[in-house]
Amino acid sequence: MMDNIDLLVSDPSILLQLLLDGLLIGSVFALAAYGMAMVWGVMNIVNVAQGEFVILGGYITYYLWREIGMYPFLATLLAAIVLFVVGWVLYRLVIARVVDRDVFTSVLATFGISIVLQQLMNEGFGADYVNLDTGMTILSLFGGEIDLALIKVVSFVVSLIAGGVLAVFLRQGRLGQAIRATAQHSRAARVQGIDTGKVYAMTYGLNCSLCAVTGALVVMIWTIHPFAGLSYTVRSFLIVVVAGVGNLAGVVVSGLGLGAAEQTAGFVFGSEFQLAFIFVLLVTVLVVRNVRLQRRREHLQ
Amino acid sequence: MGLGETAEKPIWHVHSWPRWIRYFLLPLLGVVLLVALPHLFPDRVTFLADLWAMIIFALTWDVVGGQMGYNSFGNIFFFGVGMYVCAIVQKEMLETAGESADYFLALGLGAGLGALVCIVLAALLGSVILGMRGHYFAVCTLGLGVAGAEIAAGIDYIGAGSGMSVPLYPIDAGNQERFFYYCFLVLALGALFFFRRLYAGRFGLVLNAIRDDEEKAESMGLRTTLHKTLAWMSAACFLGLLGAGIGNQSGYIDPRDVAFPASTFGIYMILAVLMGGRGTLWGPVLGSFVFHVAKEFFWTEFLGWNRVALGLLILFVVVFAPGGILGWVQDRRRRLDEEEVEHPPDGEGGVSFAQGGAQ
Repeated sequence: MMDNIDLLVSDPSILLQLLLDGLLIGSVFALAAYGMAMVWGVMNIVNVAQGEFVILGGYITYYLWREIGMYPFLATLLAAIVLFVVGWVLYRLVIARVVDRDVFTSVLATFGISIVLQQLMNEGFGADYVNLDTGMTILSLFGGEIDLALIKVVSFVVSLIAGGVLAVFLRQGRLGQAIRATAQHSRAARVQGIDTGKVYAMTYGLNCSLCAVTGALVVMIWTIHPFAGLSYTVRSFLIVVVAGVGNLAGVVVSGLGLGAAEQTAGFVFGSEFQLAFIFVLLVTVLVVRNVRLQRRREHLQ
Repeated sequence: MGLGETAEKPIWHVHSWPRWIRYFLLPLLGVVLLVALPHLFPDRVTFLADLWAMIIFALTWDVVGGQMGYNSFGNIFFFGVGMYVCAIVQKEMLETAGESADYFLALGLGAGLGALVCIVLAALLGSVILGMRGHYFAVCTLGLGVAGAEIAAGIDYIGAGSGMSVPLYPIDAGNQERFFYYCFLVLALGALFFFRRLYAGRFGLVLNAIRDDEEKAESMGLRTTLHKTLAWMSAACFLGLLGAGIGNQSGYIDPRDVAFPASTFGIYMILAVLMGGRGTLWGPVLGSFVFHVAKEFFWTEFLGWNRVALGLLILFVVVFAPGGILGWVQDRRRRLDEEEVEHPPDGEGGVSFAQGGAQ
């Protein structure tokens, strides 16, 4: 571990490489986190199945590309539409029944969804690690000092576009305004004639679409397998907790920060501890924030 | 107790039986039955042992989740810690002492040390984590359980991701399955009596006060953080002992599937409690029984789809039966009582009830 830190200090190009990779990947995490923040803000539900939607979106993109040779980014769009429908149906079947209940019920219900999806994906897509090879080149910057896969740059742009479109939609679109109104005060929104049930269903569906785009980008950059979802749930949660619910700029910044921190930690502690780092970071961030709140006799809630 | 004293008690009303039956014959029969069970069903011993393990899981979850209202998803952390500590102690002892070392002494020492480490960890973590509420507490504890698995999977000393094996059970010491059956039986009964005493006294009342309204409990001068941490420590102690036992029963410790199974046993314990009824002493026991039998059925009938069945079961329980079996019974009894008050069966029941209330 010490050797790795020495290496990092003595060779700044490695650090630069890690940070650049991390920032580009962080934008992908931020996309799923944005969806989680939306569902959390509008419905007061922490969606534990977030990571499974990411993986499902990745698989759909992968299979569209592999089986019928669809262009990867067109497949991404199709996956987003499919996941929207999946989210809508899941809302009507399950989430609608727990949306008014306590936190524990909704967390457990979404956990149930995540377990079902994991096993269904395992049965349907197989347990192998899969990767969608877009065939994009690897850019070489600073005279070969830094390697940069073009797909990461493209992913960064795609997540910016997806996030931006959604932000504009929430600000300008009729439905987007209804979603924001419901987030602010659901009863008042209902009094104004907004069908909050429909708003919830749309929100959940949109969240699933965002996850699908995230998953499509993940399967192009790395690999996915049916049980890899939980780490994406935790990353999303971590980003939202650091940024605060309802803070879009914060989500982007903390997403990029998480990406960079994760890459650097993976290098310093060794890649076998990269996942452990995320989970330990989650516990640490929450504990530190809570301890600071406790000084004012408040608590995270 | 003015209501119904004049009425003839039905035979299943245990409280009306003579004292010597209730306090001597029934427990004796129970103990004889529990001791004899593995001999009656020799090819089902592991199933029965795992039933006791499930009961311990559920009882320990219910302390914090049911009685105190803190829905932890990470209690499995202590289970894994106990398992690894015990295995390490056993391995070190048997390696230094060679063949002469006593397997059971090493197991006992390891389990004790494992429980001790769990208690200390629960005290340290509890004082900060139990300060959170709602989503934050739920996801933080979920992260804790998974963090345990990921950290253990990176440490070479304990076999990293490929896991470690525990010392072999001595061949000349009798039946291994039966030994662990009795271990878990004793542990489960110990946990049951311990928590029964705990809930009967002031401590249980404080836990329930925290669940019902923590701000008020605090304003009343109750030391909520201390009680919350103590409750988690007691759960961690039993979980550590159980982990030590399960690690030796299975013979091989895999960090993700055996030691820190956050998405299997970490959830099973919650489900078992929910099925039986949260916040009751016997709910977890009943729920564990129902869940364990149902699980065995699913696992043999729907192999490969078992986790789908499990997820659907979670959704069903959470959405349609959040009170569990005991909650349903209590609800029904309350409704029957209300009906009786509104429509007294012979006209006198209602009067005697009213008199009882007035006195």
